[in-house]
Amino acid sequence: MSTDKKPVLTARGIVKRYGRVTALDQADFDLYPGEVLAVIGDNGAGKSSLIKALSGAITIDDGVIELDGKPIRFSSPMEAREAGIETVYQNLALSPALSIADNMFMGRELRKPGFMGKYFGALDHREMQRLAREKLTDLGLMTIQNINQAIETLSGGQRQGVAVARAAAFGSRVVIMDEPTAALGVKESRRVLELIEDVKSRGMPIVLISHNMPHVFEVADRIHVHRLGKRLCTINPNDYSMSDAVAFMTGAMEPPETSEAAQ
Amino acid sequence: MGETARTSGKKQEFEQTLDASDKSVAQFDHKNRNFIDATQHLLHGNPTMVPVIVLLISITVFGILAGSKFFSPFNLSLIVQQVSIIGILAAAQSLVILTAGIDLSVGAIMVLMSVIMGQLAVTLGVPAPLAILVGFVGGIAAGMLNGFLVTRIKLPPFIVTLGTWNIFFALNLWLSGAQSIRSQTLDEVAPLLKFFGESIAIGGARITYGSVLMVAIFGVLWYILNHTSWGRHVYAIGDDKEAAELSGIRTNRTLIMVYGLAGLVCAIGAWTSIGRVGSVSPQSFQEANLQSITAVVIGGISLFGGRGSIIGPLIGALIVGVFNSGLRLVGVDVLWQVFAIGWLTIIAVAIDQWIRKVSA
Repeated sequence: MSTDKKPVLTARGIVKRYGRVTALDQADFDLYPGEVLAVIGDNGAGKSSLIKALSGAITIDDGVIELDGKPIRFSSPMEAREAGIETVYQNLALSPALSIADNMFMGRELRKPGFMGKYFGALDHREMQRLAREKLTDLGLMTIQNINQAIETLSGGQRQGVAVARAAAFGSRVVIMDEPTAALGVKESRRVLELIEDVKSRGMPIVLISHNMPHVFEVADRIHVHRLGKRLCTINPNDYSMSDAVAFMTGAMEPPETSEAAQ
Repeated sequence: MGETARTSGKKQEFEQTLDASDKSVAQFDHKNRNFIDATQHLLHGNPTMVPVIVLLISITVFGILAGSKFFSPFNLSLIVQQVSIIGILAAAQSLVILTAGIDLSVGAIMVLMSVIMGQLAVTLGVPAPLAILVGFVGGIAAGMLNGFLVTRIKLPPFIVTLGTWNIFFALNLWLSGAQSIRSQTLDEVAPLLKFFGESIAIGGARITYGSVLMVAIFGVLWYILNHTSWGRHVYAIGDDKEAAELSGIRTNRTLIMVYGLAGLVCAIGAWTSIGRVGSVSPQSFQEANLQSITAVVIGGISLFGGRGSIIGPLIGALIVGVFNSGLRLVGVDVLWQVFAIGWLTIIAVAIDQWIRKVSA
């Protein structure tokens, strides 16, 4: 990627301890504008903690996180969302019995303009439905016939689509996706990878956490390898093979010394 | 095809065959469905349809069997009158059940608050409006105690409200000395307490203010649940609490408010019940909590939370009223009324289970 661009989201020396376990040990992180950054690491390497720290789900014990060069400190996912960082959780965080439109606006419903909205909190269902349809159309999920369909009547891929559309619609700075293809079949995964490309093509930087090396190598511009609670190295997927990446992840191979500078 | 995939350098070999396969995965089109599937989907989208159909059928059947006795404006208004208290408690119960909880204490809160209103106004001579206000605040406090125990101490709602049911009942007996306040005493000292027992006559119908109030409560709650953010959050919490939390909803705060609002509705029911019964009776409505759950379940609200319309329990309460009135007019023994309501409850839950298995 470009060397002259400033990172959107950075972390320096962040530490998170759970009792005597150190999940994040002086970890660094950089996300540049418009890129897809994959985060890979073995189980227990601290990927989840890193992502939770960035998305406000946990508070860090030490270190700094900066968004657009300004230090930030989230104490809840809500604060991260307000700052423009949207997360697609692995379990999607959708309410199955509620409609697509309800889910897309959950926690940030739109009120009607005027008296009813101001004093009686009346929701603007029509506007929310219109926007939800628009956002899904943007991402090529336009064959939805009924925006009031309950989430539980959708397939796994469709649900993922709704979750991604929600994040893309509201994430103004960064979209984080935690294992978006883990629960999906081959064909549905393909559709989600296309969605990732779509979101990226609109200039939104994406952090992709995944165990699936083919998926990572297909969509990532850079790969952040996490090991033993910190960033081991950042590699360009064009310069290394999947076996190399796995070798870095597991400690079977020493990281390239120039990788940090090569960003 | 294979050539381009290889030169792009991104697609893996084993994925090349996918190019030829059907890519229409994330399409939201409807397949042709058979009648049963279609019914299931229809009910899934409109869970209140079942009680509405049951109500219409039962009105028709009893209308045919009992004729004009059943269909008289007097009898129909009487049915609404008879279900008004259970209906109001069912409204409170619905709020809690929508969050996947249950409130066994609704009846006890109501009776306790009616005793507090009565004792304050009659024994202590507090002005009636103030006594009613204290009852309302007490209802909110009692509900919030339930909510606090459920969210902060993290106890199951069944256990919490089983406990508070007994606690509120004991307090009620203590405050009232197990003595009723007679109708005449209320008329002399605090007639306002009996306000909702008054009625207006339209034709042969006698519509009590309590009946109107019940419908109004359902109307207000319908608006809150469907047209405010808070209402949508109530559904989301009942559906999947963790997902709601990740969506940025302050679930515990909302839950405490749900129990508090349910307590307030019970206190409104307390005032109404004084008018309905005509006296303040600490021994009344002992099974009201279970009857309210019955109305909610027959009304198509799922006991597992997050599903159903608040209008359902109103219909559910009316169904119970229609069955009781119709069977009585036809001359069937009371025990068969209870028998019928029992089966209706079981069938309602079975239908709910079936609806929830709806698939794409």
